[in-house]
Amino acid sequence: MIAEIGLACLWMAGALALLQLVTGALALTSKGVGLAGIVRPVAVAQGLLCGLAFVCLIALFLRTDLSVKLIATNSHSLKPFIYKLAGTWGNHEGSMLLWVTVMALAGAFIALVERRLRNDTMLATLAGQAFVSIGFYAFLLLSSNPFERLAVPPPEGNGLNPLLQDIGLAFHPPTLYLGYVGLSIAFSFAIGALVTSDVGPAFARAMRPWVLGAWLFLTIGITAGSYWAYYELGWGGWWFWDPVENASLMPWLAATALIHSSSVLATRNALRAWTVMLAVVAFSMSMIGTFLVRSGILTSVHAFAVDPERGSFILALLAIYIGGALVLFAIRARTITEGARFALTSRESALVVNNVMLSAILGIVLLGTLYPLLTEAFGEKVSVGPPYFDPVGAIFFIPMLLVMAVGPLLHWRNDRLGRITGKIAIPALLIGAVLLGLALFAPSLFTPSFKLLPFIGMGLAVGLAVASVMPLIGRNLRRTPLPTWGMVVAHLGIAVSLFGVATDSAFATEKLVASRIGESHTVGPWSITLKNVEPVAGPNWTSLEATMAASYDGGTATTIHPQARNYTSPPTVTSESALLTRWNGQLYAVLGEEADDGRWQLRLWWKPFVPMIWYGGLLIGLGGLLSLIGRVARDMKRSRAEEKIADRRERQGR
Amino acid sequence: MSEAPAPRRAGLWLWVPLAVFAGFFVLVMTGLLAPADREVASAMIGKPLPQFDLRPAVPGRPGVSTAQLADGKPRLLNVFASWCIPCIAEAPQLEALARQGVEIDGIAIRDRTQDVERFLDANGNPYQRIGADDLSQVQMSIGSSGVPETFVIDGKGIIRHQHIGDIRAEDVPKLIEKLREAGQ
Repeated sequence: MIAEIGLACLWMAGALALLQLVTGALALTSKGVGLAGIVRPVAVAQGLLCGLAFVCLIALFLRTDLSVKLIATNSHSLKPFIYKLAGTWGNHEGSMLLWVTVMALAGAFIALVERRLRNDTMLATLAGQAFVSIGFYAFLLLSSNPFERLAVPPPEGNGLNPLLQDIGLAFHPPTLYLGYVGLSIAFSFAIGALVTSDVGPAFARAMRPWVLGAWLFLTIGITAGSYWAYYELGWGGWWFWDPVENASLMPWLAATALIHSSSVLATRNALRAWTVMLAVVAFSMSMIGTFLVRSGILTSVHAFAVDPERGSFILALLAIYIGGALVLFAIRARTITEGARFALTSRESALVVNNVMLSAILGIVLLGTLYPLLTEAFGEKVSVGPPYFDPVGAIFFIPMLLVMAVGPLLHWRNDRLGRITGKIAIPALLIGAVLLGLALFAPSLFTPSFKLLPFIGMGLAVGLAVASVMPLIGRNLRRTPLPTWGMVVAHLGIAVSLFGVATDSAFATEKLVASRIGESHTVGPWSITLKNVEPVAGPNWTSLEATMAASYDGGTATTIHPQARNYTSPPTVTSESALLTRWNGQLYAVLGEEADDGRWQLRLWWKPFVPMIWYGGLLIGLGGLLSLIGRVARDMKRSRAEEKIADRRERQGR
Repeated sequence: MSEAPAPRRAGLWLWVPLAVFAGFFVLVMTGLLAPADREVASAMIGKPLPQFDLRPAVPGRPGVSTAQLADGKPRLLNVFASWCIPCIAEAPQLEALARQGVEIDGIAIRDRTQDVERFLDANGNPYQRIGADDLSQVQMSIGSSGVPETFVIDGKGIIRHQHIGDIRAEDVPKLIEKLREAGQ
């Protein structure tokens, strides 16, 4: 019964989305003005119904109702509660339902609270939102019905891929989804603004919290995903330039650019067409990313739900939405009048540089991701990896970081570099000092080959960390607005991450050994002794667990337990690496297979400062959060003040 | 970057993003409709089977050994498992091949007797012999990395063809062709 209720809700929500599109569009014409009143309530009802459908699917997963096909193929009655819950979105159908649910709820939310935009722009925005939703409703209902019943329910479910039975990963995809969907709201705002040619500060202010929120979730999602890949896959790497990783990075790059350009639009009413374009590009990147992952068109370690029919369906949606939005842009952008002008040395210019560099990096990542597809069309197989992405990306990344150090210190509109020389000099000198120090005291950087990028990276990171807090100097910290704090924290986070990346690639040491019980090995400053290997059992897995004593620089030993785990349903082997974190880095140990002579394969790494990569990611996210809180609080204050004024006027009028 | 330098020239520039997207669309359309062959040919093709002798996976069917596979007749060697969903999908195709007189031997990977029996009851049993490969050792040694996979073995016990993934209806003629080639 629950499945039928869920399916009915989903159909009704889809129908309401259609109604929302039609009424929203008609209300923009002179004859349909009367319909304007029902668009907002329809959006709210659509959100509630879709939310209810999603709740139904969660209930089915929690009860492990095996008569539903999706649950029989993806769940198991013996799974721990949290993974039953996470199983709801750990599959193709459920994740698409989550996507459309978040989108519908977000639409309902803007329909309820957004009052700053012109009425016609708002109607066009809601119609645009419904237009995007309809495609996803159609996709779910016609091609990926999550509520499909089985004629004969199996006695037991199939289980969930054990790699996904990890608390980090249970919440990794929904986090990214929130990011993607947040960008769909920005997209709808852009469509609305294009339709009515109403691109101005009000549009930027209405859109900005959604972009910030989306960007925040994308940042956290990418950081968590990278850490998950690092400790769960047992390869010791944290970024592989894999198509799926690129799929999450591209919307992030576009959203980062969009945050910066919409702040120019909101404050200075400049970069109008460009901001609209970026809003379209950001969501396009989310859709393209989803398409590349789901269609299985690119080979990836993450590939799931590979299905040409689904691929064609998503591609059709892509063509309609992205193609449609770009046509609308090409036709309408010339009606968007030129924005305010600014001088070459100004904060606007710095932000333009940021935007150009981010867009260039985005283009590089997109090209690298699609390149194998391009050569395949000509019958040649290639694989594009770090040798392309690292140096080519750095060409744009390094200048962007330099401008990032300077930009926040500049005034809007027009400024002189001479005014801020003092504040730039300190970080610049620091960069020089760090590079000199490394050249003198870190010979391993130069032999056997010169590690140029890590070398520059470490210098830049230190200088940047100092430069990023410079905007706070000389300010009253208590009266500094939250968004400024957000910017400082996020920029600091970039520096921290960069430091982790650079030191890890410069100084990490790796050792692969075949070890007898009782033998000791050194890796970096660590001495590691393999004590024993014993079987242990968990709720749905059995495992071989090694006990190792690790001591740093001759200090007292700490015991660590890497495991090689065998899951029973479905049968899969995963390696649970053991991590030992110190302030200055991380020890990473993986247990491999037993050789014929009774020796065990061990992989050991010492990775100096590697956790800073993820601490930096969290700082970037925290910066986004501070900014978001600051913006929303200010918006609420302003709208309350406006209400009061309107109230007073009314009373005086009487 | 800063807004529209000259209105007339800007008009054309505004279509550039659409053109780029059209290029992307054509590219992935080709990729979707004519997927490139991504399978890496097994290094084992053209080589004789390694030596092995697997115990019977179910009572009532003999196990599989290298010696029996080289009995002068070409045959299919199907790597499967009761816990494998695509194996259920390919079962009708195997049945059809068996009905056409193709000899099929199976290797059950990391399986239990009662599970294999249940699987065969539910999906049919096209196999003449079924060996149990509890640790995937034989599977690895013949160059198979997943289930299901199907090998064409000629009469001398040499691997002639490897089919990765489930056998779909459209794959059946190719397998028959490969068997015929192996018989020559």
